[in-house]
Order: sequence, then structure tokens, then C-alpha cells
Amino acid sequence: MPTAVNTATYAAVPIGTVPTTLTINGETRTRAIEPWTTLLDLLREGEDLIGTKKGCDHGQCGACTVLIDERRINSCLKLAVTLDGADITTIEGLGQPGDLHPLQSAFCNHDAFQCGYCTPGQICSAQGLINEGKAKTRDEVRELMSGNLCRCGAYSNIVDAVLDVIGEQA
Amino acid sequence: MNRFDYARPASVAEAVQAGAGEQVRFLAGGTNLIDLMKENVDRPTTVIDINRLPLNAIEELDGGGLRLGALVPNAETAWDARVEQRYPLLSSAILAGASPQLRNAATNGGNLNQRTRCYYFYDVATPCNKREPGSGCGAIGGVNRIHAILGASDQCIATHPSDMCVALAVLDATVQVTGPEGDRAIPIADYHRLPGDEPWRDNTLKPGELVTGIDLPAEDFTQTYTYLKLRDRLSYAFALVSIAVAMRVEDGTIAEARVALGGVAHKPWRSTEAEKLLKGQHPSPQAFGTFADALLAGAVGQGENDFKIPLARKGIVRALKQAAEATPQSQTDKRVA
Ligand SMILES: Cc1cc2nc3c(=O)[nH]c(=O)nc-3n(C[C@H](O)[C@H](O)[C@H](O)COP(=O)(O)OP(=O)(O)OC[C@H]3O[C@@H](n4cnc5c(N)ncnc54)[C@H](O)[C@@H]3O)c2cc1C
Ligand code: SF4
Ligand code: FES
Ligand code: FES
Repeated sequence: MPTAVNTATYAAVPIGTVPTTLTINGETRTRAIEPWTTLLDLLREGEDLIGTKKGCDHGQCGACTVLIDERRINSCLKLAVTLDGADITTIEGLGQPGDLHPLQSAFCNHDAFQCGYCTPGQICSAQGLINEGKAKTRDEVRELMSGNLCRCGAYSNIVDAVLDVIGEQA
Repeated sequence: MNRFDYARPASVAEAVQAGAGEQVRFLAGGTNLIDLMKENVDRPTTVIDINRLPLNAIEELDGGGLRLGALVPNAETAWDARVEQRYPLLSSAILAGASPQLRNAATNGGNLNQRTRCYYFYDVATPCNKREPGSGCGAIGGVNRIHAILGASDQCIATHPSDMCVALAVLDATVQVTGPEGDRAIPIADYHRLPGDEPWRDNTLKPGELVTGIDLPAEDFTQTYTYLKLRDRLSYAFALVSIAVAMRVEDGTIAEARVALGGVAHKPWRSTEAEKLLKGQHPSPQAFGTFADALLAGAVGQGENDFKIPLARKGIVRALKQAAEATPQSQTDKRVA
């Protein structure tokens, strides 16, 4: 588990872990979680689900995007204990090698990544975009994918991949 | 992030009771508070998770208005059919801000209470009167491209970063609050404040008070409005200058025009005095320019942000034109028409 910094600097307060029940990729579990643990750190360090990436840790890049009850959010700015009872889907839950999600296939087909670091967040975000149902045109997809930065600059292919899947579903 | 005690009250009364105390913070979406805690800018000893409070609905008000619950996410507010139809200016402003993921987590109450993005406020190694009263202001004479041109003081030149609040200022919203001393209703114009010599106070909320909702009065600005946001990149960036306009045009003349600016002051900047200049005018670049000069009266640059003064002037003229012609700025196609 991640530990807090500067424990000596701050006044001690009655601190405990909080029993928290989360369904992650279909599997329900209850854990005692330290309240300052973000969902991102819980996933990566507590649950060994390292598909979700830490880019900035400050809500500025989208690499940590996951779905909570079907909605995309930045897991780096969410405390896990606040999610008691929630249903969380990460990239691992969307698809696996041999059983790829349509978005994962489309990202491969359209060459929608280079280093791949932003990709899990892009794909979870795209699934959130599809769930929202607001983006139909290229401009709309561009705007509603703008919460995911790609330092490799694969943007135009990412938009192609997302449009491809939206088209399939329509 | 420092360690803290965590509470998750189920009722507003319990939350208010738990909210008493110096280093206690209410946690809503967390998109601002958790960020500030990671930077050690905010170090609460107790965090009160208000996400289970029953403040998550949008309700009709007597007289035709809407009450936006404090815990309704920004995205849900912007895409609510009633808000889209009756307050498209508010939808537009919310959708101009942050990112889809952030808007899903961010709440209406949290948006209202988000803190400045001043670099020095965020950097605990530098002086900042807002973060540490009396320590000085790093931004004055420092890096101040994003800072205020209106209403600043010699102690703080920070801006309020919200887009939503700029629209709320134009819509004459009212903030509903409850606290140890009971309920209050605060007009949006009196909610945020100028820094003066108490820059650590962003707004007029008293210690322990909780925002429960935001009331929108019945208004009819569904065609002649716009939210024009000018920034360094077209999406996922805070406003350098933003302009919210709501107008009523009758028989080719302006019956009423309301204008608020974002990104230029410690609160959304509006002048009902200046707005009188537009009343009865035919929409024209001259009338808009005269108004812009009045709204920007007293504007001063801090060096790096001097550009904001001409940018705001041009933006105001353009936004008034967009509103008068009922061609509001698209938040998808970002070309400024
Ligand atoms: C990368 C990034 C980009 C962004 N870009 C924009 C942008 O372009 N435009 C824009 O407008 N915003 C932008 N934001 C800011 C975002 O809109 C705010 O962080 C968000 O609205 C805060 O809401 P929250 O529910 O997450 O608040 P929290 O983080 O939970 O709380 C913020 C503050 O409000 C207090 N608070 C919360 N709810 C209440 C309540 N009901 N009563 C009293 N106090 C309360 C908390 O104690 C805390 O001090 C951006 C944020 C990030 C991280
Ligand atoms: S402008 Fe305000 S917030 Fe920024 S350093 Fe100065 S006092 Fe702090
Ligand atoms: S790691 Fe969460 S947004 Fe960058
Ligand atoms: S593929 Fe490298 S950051 Fe997007």
C-alpha cells in the first residue's frame, strides 16, 4: 500500500483504515483501505492492475482514466474509500489478449498509439464517450476526447479508431 | 498527502456538525481538493466525504426556476435537458471547462469553491498571502501571465478559475447555504469576493458552512447568448479571458444585456452600471466597444498579463456580436465566428 509522506510533520489524528467494498472488473472484494489512498494507487499497488497508468497524478493528462459505474473519471483524483459500493472497470476488464474489446481492436487497426502509455486511458475514455452518447462527428469526438493527452501525438489515428467503433455501433 | 481522519455523514445535519473546526474540509468530487492535498497546499486533519448527502438532484423551483443540487456532477448539469433548453449559457460554460472525465467527477458545489490556479499558491516553497497570510505575493513582479487585471489588491492578484461561475453571474443565480447558524441564500454577485487585504478568503462562506444548491431564476436567454472562452489551447485549459453574455433584443434594439468576465479577477467580473450603456442601443461595434471600455475601466496589467486588456476588449465586442446575432460560440467547433 502507498504510504503518506511527512508523517512526522503533521499533528497526529485518529486515523484508521476504512472497510470498502468495490467491484473491480466484475469481482467484488472488501478491503481495509487507508483513506488517503487514491483509486489509481489502489489499482496499481493494491490490486496489481497496472494497466491503468499514472501520467501526471494531478488530473492533467487522462492516463489514469477508468470507468466508475460506466462513467469515465480520473482515478488519480479519487480517494478509493469514497467509492464504497461502486463498480469499477479498468482496461483489463474491457478486454484481454485473444478477446479484445472493439476499441482495443480499432486502436490496433488504426495505429492509434506509439509508445502506448496513454492508450489504456484513451480506451477507457473512449468507452465513457460511447456510454455518454454525445459524440457523433469528428469535431465532437476530438472535443470529447480532449481529456486524454498523447505525447506521441497519435491523435488523428485515435479519433479514427473511436469513430470506427462509433460507426459500428450506430 | 498528509494523514487525516475520514468521516462520511449521511445527512446534511451530520455533515454540518462534523464540519466545525479549523482544518476540516468537505470533500465532493475531489478534483481540486485532492490535487491541493497532494501538493501540501491544503493539509486537513479531517476530511468529510459529503458524497452521500441527498444534494444530488436538479429540481423545479416555484416560479419557473431550477435548483441545482450541490453534488450534481458538472457533466450531468450541463447535459440535463432542462438546463440545456432553459439555460444553454450555463451548459455551454460548463462544457467549455476542464475535461469530460473531470466534469464527471466535479460537482456544482465544488466548482463554486474551487481555488485559484496561481502558480505560487500551488508551490509551497514560494510566498503567497492566500496560502500563508503575511508571507507576501510571489506573483506581483513575478510570473503572472494568468493573473488579474481587475479588482486586484497589493496583496493578491489571483483570479477565480471557474467557467461555470461566470455563467452563474450572468444568470443572477443564488447560492443556497446551510451551517452552524442555519440556512442562508447568497446572491452569486456577493458569493465570491475581491482579495483586498484578506486574500485568503476566496468567498463569503463562513467556516463550517456547506453549499447545498444553486438556484437559477426563471430567465429567457435561450437564443441570444454566448460563452466565449479564450485560452492557450482550444480544450482542457483554463480561460485567459472568458465572456458570458445574455441578451434580450426587441425590435432591433437591446432591451437588456448582461455580461460577465472570467479569468480577469478574483471573482466573475460584472458591472450592472456599465450594462445600462447597452440598453436601448442598436447592436453595433461602436456600442459594444463603448460598453467594453466601461466594463474594463480601471484595468491594470501586471507585466506578463498586459495582453489580457486588449484581448478582453476584443473578446467582449465579439461575444456581444455573437449574442446579438443569436450565433453562440460552439464548444465543439472552436473557430470563433
Ligand atoms: C487539470 C484540470 C483542469 C481544469 N480545468 C478547468 C476549466 O477549464 N474550467 C473550470 O471551470 N474548472 C476547471 N477545473 C477545475 C474543476 O472544475 C474543479 O476542480 C471542480 O469543479 C471542483 O469540484 P469538486 O466537486 O471536484 O470539488 P472538490 O475538489 O471536492 O472541492 C473543492 C473545494 O470546494 C469545497 N467544497 C466542495 N463542495 C462543497 C460544498 N457543497 N460546500 C462547501 N464547500 C464545498 C471543498 O472543501 C474544497 O475546498 C480543472 C481542474 C483540473 C484538475
Ligand atoms: S496572486 Fe494571490 S494566490 Fe498568487 S501568490 Fe499572490 S497572494 Fe498567492
Ligand atoms: S495521472 Fe490522472 S490525469 Fe494524469
Ligand atoms: S501513444 Fe505514447 S503517449 Fe500516446
